[in-house]
Amino acid sequence: MKGYTRYFRNRILWYLLTFAVALVLNFVLPRLMPGNPVASIAAGVTESLTDSKAAAEMMEEYTRAFGLDKSLPEQFLVFIGNLLKGDLGVSFRRYPTPVVQILKESVPWTIALQLPAILTGWMLGNLLGAVAAYRRGVFDRAIFPAFLFVGAFPSFGLAIILLFVFGIMLRVLPTSGGYGFDLIPGFNLQFIASAVRHYQLPFWSIVLNTIGGQAIGMRSMSIYELNADYVKYSRFLGIRDRRIVGYVFRNAMLPQVTGLALSLGTMVGGALVAETIFSYPGIGSTILSSIKAQDYPMISGATLFITVGVLLANLVIEILYGFIDPRIKANQQE
Amino acid sequence: MKHRLRTTFQNTNFVVGFSILVLLLLLTFVTPLFMQGSPLDMVGTLFNKPGNYVNRMGVIDAPKYPMSIEVASIRLGAAVSNDEAKQMLEWLEKSELDVEWKGLDPEKDRAAIVELFLANYDDSIRLPGTSAYRKGFTRLYNKVQNLLSADGYVVHVADPDSESGYREVGKIESRDFTNVKDVPARRFFLLGTDNFGRDVFHELISAIGNSLMVGLIAGSIATTIGLLIGLTSGYVGGWLDNFLTFVTNMFTVIPSFVILILLSYSISSSSRSIVVVAFVIGLTAWPWTARSVRSQTLTLKNRDHVNISRLSGFGTVRIIVTDILPYVLSYVVMAYILQISSAILAEAQLSMLGLGPSTTTHATLGLMLSWSMQFQAPLSGAWWAFIPVVLSIALISFSMNLMNTGLDQVFNPTLR
Repeated sequence: MKGYTRYFRNRILWYLLTFAVALVLNFVLPRLMPGNPVASIAAGVTESLTDSKAAAEMMEEYTRAFGLDKSLPEQFLVFIGNLLKGDLGVSFRRYPTPVVQILKESVPWTIALQLPAILTGWMLGNLLGAVAAYRRGVFDRAIFPAFLFVGAFPSFGLAIILLFVFGIMLRVLPTSGGYGFDLIPGFNLQFIASAVRHYQLPFWSIVLNTIGGQAIGMRSMSIYELNADYVKYSRFLGIRDRRIVGYVFRNAMLPQVTGLALSLGTMVGGALVAETIFSYPGIGSTILSSIKAQDYPMISGATLFITVGVLLANLVIEILYGFIDPRIKANQQE
Repeated sequence: MKHRLRTTFQNTNFVVGFSILVLLLLLTFVTPLFMQGSPLDMVGTLFNKPGNYVNRMGVIDAPKYPMSIEVASIRLGAAVSNDEAKQMLEWLEKSELDVEWKGLDPEKDRAAIVELFLANYDDSIRLPGTSAYRKGFTRLYNKVQNLLSADGYVVHVADPDSESGYREVGKIESRDFTNVKDVPARRFFLLGTDNFGRDVFHELISAIGNSLMVGLIAGSIATTIGLLIGLTSGYVGGWLDNFLTFVTNMFTVIPSFVILILLSYSISSSSRSIVVVAFVIGLTAWPWTARSVRSQTLTLKNRDHVNISRLSGFGTVRIIVTDILPYVLSYVVMAYILQISSAILAEAQLSMLGLGPSTTTHATLGLMLSWSMQFQAPLSGAWWAFIPVVLSIALISFSMNLMNTGLDQVFNPTLR
C-alpha cells in the first residue's frame, strides 16, 4: 500500500498544479482581448436597455465583475478569492442570477447524460473491438469499416441525423429539451417518463460516436497482443483459449484506459455540442446561449467547470489505472 | 523510402481512404469551373427542394407539343393526398346526402372520390363541428376545383387599351407539353437551396475546400509545434525535457475545447477570419503530437547510429535532422493526418457554438451546419441543407482515418 500512497499523492499534487494553470488560463485568455472588454460587451447589452439608470448600473456591475480598475495581479487575487467563496460572478444574460446558480441547474443534466453515455460507448466499443480482433474473418471485415465510418461522424453530426430520422420523419421521439415543456421538474412518474424519452436521442448519438472510436483502438491493441510471445507460449503450454483471451483482453485494456483519459476532453467537447442540437438543458446549451448573449462570466464559469470535471475524471481514471496495472505499484516501490 | 511508398499504396485501407480524399479535392477544384456565379449567391428562396427549376414564363413561351397522355389522373394523384381523399369521404358521409360513397377506396378510387366530392360539395351544408373543421373542407374544395377540368388555362397580359384591361395571348391545353430543354431560363439545384436561398451543392463544394484548408493550416501548425517540442524534449533531455513534458501533459489534460472557446471568444468577431480560426485550432492541438514524437525520440536516442554521429562531433540540430527525424517521420505523417481531420471537426464544433469564422463571403462545413440549424432546417424537412454537410464531414474524417489505419498497418506489420 505504501507504493500506492506515494503514487496517488504525486498524481493528486500534479492535478492540483494543472488546475492552477487552468485557472490562470481561464483568467488570462479573455484579458488578452485588445481594447476594453467591458466596454465592448456592455455596449451590446446596454443598447437594448431604455432605462439609463439600469444601463449605468449594468456598466458598473460589469466593471466590478472584471475589476478593471485594479492591476492585473490584484485582479487575479480577487478572482481567486471569489472562487474560494464559491462566487463566479453574476450572469449578464440572466442578471442578477449568480453563475453558480445557473451551473447548479445545468450540471446535473450534463453529468447524467454524458457519464453513462461515454462509459456505455467505451465499454461496448472495447467489447466489439476485442471480438473483431479475436474472430477476424467476415465479422471483422464487415464490422471494422462500419466502426470506422460511424466513428467518423462527430457526435453532433449523429445527433442531427438521429434528430431528423427519429424526431421528425418517424416522430417517435421528442426533438428538443430535457423533458416535456408542459411539465415541472419533480420526482413523479410522468416527469421521469418524459425525461427518459427526451434522453434517448442525445444519449445514443454520444454512444454511437464513442463506440466507433474505441472499437478501432481496441481492435488494433488486441491484434497486437494476440501476436505477442506470451500468447504463443501460453498456447504452447496448452492453456485453454478462454483464459488466453482473458489475458489478452486485460493487457489490451490498459492502453484503452489511458486512451479514455486522453480523449475525454475531446469527447466531452463533442458531446456538449451534441447537447445544443437537442436544446438539452445542460452545460452545452448554456454555453451556446451565453456566447450568443456575450455573457462573459457565464462562459468563464462554465468552461472552468468543464475543466474541473475533465481533470477530476482523469484523476479517477489514473487512480483506477494504478490498481489495474501492477507495474505502477512495482515502479513506485523501487 | 521507395519501397515504403510502394507498400503503402498496396494497402487497401490506405488506397480507399486516399482515393476518397483525392476525389473530394478534385470535386472542389473542378466543379467551380462548371458553376455560374459565386457559391454564396442568394439565388433561390428559403429551403427550395432539390431539382431542376425552370422559369414559368419560359414554359409558356416555349414551343408546345400536344401529346395523348392522360394528364388529369396524374395531376390528381400529385395534388390530392391519401388523407385529403379520406377527408372528402368524411364530408360525403357526414353531409348525409344521397350519394354512393360507400366502398370507395381512398387509395385506388381517388379520381372517383374527387369527382363525387366536386359534384356534391355545397358550402351551405353545415356539418357539426368547429368552424375551423368546416373551413378545412372549403379549402379542400378550392384546391381541387380546377383539377378535373380539361379546359386548360388562358394566358392574359395586362393591356390598358382593351375594355377588360387584359388581352389574351395564349392558351394552355391540358394535353400540351413542353420540352424542358426549350426553356432557356432554368437552374438545376442538385441539393436544393439553403436558408439564404444559396445553391447548397455549390456552397458545399466550396465549403469542403475551405474546411480542408482549415484542416491543412491547423494541422500543419499543430504538427510543427508538436514535432519541435517532441524532438527537443526527447533528444535534449534534462530539465528542458522535464519542463516540456510537464507542459505537454498539462495541455493534454486541460480540454483543448475549453481553451478554444476562451481563445475564440477573446478574438473579436470582426477579426475572426477562416485563417485566424485555423491558427487558433492549430495552437491548441499540438500536445498529443508532441507526446508521441517525444516517446519515439526517446527510443531512438541511444541507437548506435545516433551515438556514432554524436561521437563524430555533429551538432544537436544536425543529429536530430539526419538521424532521428527520418525514423519518426512515419509517425509524424500519421499524426498529421489525424490532426487535419480533428481540426476540421474542431472548426465545425466552434461554428456550431457561434464561435466559428465570422464571414459572409466564404462558407465552411461548420458554418453551413450552424446556419441550417439556426434556421430550423430539420423541422422544415429540409434534409438537403444539413445531411450532405454532415456526410461530407464524416466522409473526410472517414477517409483520413482509413489512410491512417492503412499507414499503421504498413508501419506495424503485426496489425495486418
